[in-house]
Amino acid sequence: MLFKRFLPLFIFAGIFVAFAVGLTLNPREIPSALINKAAPEFSLPSLEGDSIGLSSADLQDPDHIIVVNFFASWCGPCRIEHPALEALGQTDGVKLFGIAYKDRPAHSLSFLKSLGNPYAKIGTDLKGRNAIDWGVTGTPETFILKDGIIRYQHIGPIHAVQMDKIQTVIKELQQ
Amino acid sequence: MRFLLLPIIYLALSLNVAAIGVDKNRLSDPAQESRAQQIMKQLRCLVCQNQSIVESDAGLAVDLRAIVREQIKAGQTDKQIITFMTSRYGDWVLLKPPFKAATAILWLGPLFLLLIGGFFVFRYVRQKPSISTPEPLSPDEEKRLKHILRDSEK
Repeated sequence: MLFKRFLPLFIFAGIFVAFAVGLTLNPREIPSALINKAAPEFSLPSLEGDSIGLSSADLQDPDHIIVVNFFASWCGPCRIEHPALEALGQTDGVKLFGIAYKDRPAHSLSFLKSLGNPYAKIGTDLKGRNAIDWGVTGTPETFILKDGIIRYQHIGPIHAVQMDKIQTVIKELQQ
Repeated sequence: MRFLLLPIIYLALSLNVAAIGVDKNRLSDPAQESRAQQIMKQLRCLVCQNQSIVESDAGLAVDLRAIVREQIKAGQTDKQIITFMTSRYGDWVLLKPPFKAATAILWLGPLFLLLIGGFFVFRYVRQKPSISTPEPLSPDEEKRLKHILRDSEK
């Protein structure tokens, strides 16, 4: 009898929990299907266009945690996260690579000239096809790799609050 | 009748609204193009989310449409193209999620709720109407009843 009396309460609690979880998920965050899988094979020209800027061979670095960041000069949030990228680029044991997404190389170059270039190497993905191979839906997106395996993906700009999480991930991978 | 001419022209022009997502580089073979359209209708535009890539003009949707057409031209099967998409974007890219352990609630949930509801409806319909036999009248009430009946017969 007691159970019957509290049944509506149980049902309410169930629905409450379902909504509390469901409504706080962010449907805009579409995780790449490549987490814990090898990064795609690619070879991208440099911004100057005279040589290979970045290729999948660069990601196979046993001594460093690799951070790959998709950016574009036309992308506002990329400016916001720029200080965070500079900090990442200077972190010990971390190599930061950039991929310019659907951006004219001249524009990318002047973007980096005015804000500073945090990247060790940069590839240009003029048509955005390489980004699709990574499961990227838009800039900015950041991947953290170890031994060529994608271990973490951050969608959207890296704000100061998210730096902690990213640094924790890097520290865990470094062990 | 000339006053109708302008509305008719406008109406004819407005038919273009249905042509969103029509690309210049459609496949020349109509059979291949219709296959491409069939595949594209199943793929979610990841930027706009509740449209298929056919309906969207977002940059990524345009790119994905081009990839579908390229792969059909290259002789890939429908399944290979779908796998190409899901290996990059996961099942989320499919507007119709596949049936797996993780999506079982999604597919079976409504059926489960229907069964629960059906059970209650069944029980409600089948339950015997509770006819309670009233308690026998006390001698006092018997007397009053007789009195009333006698009065009404007058």
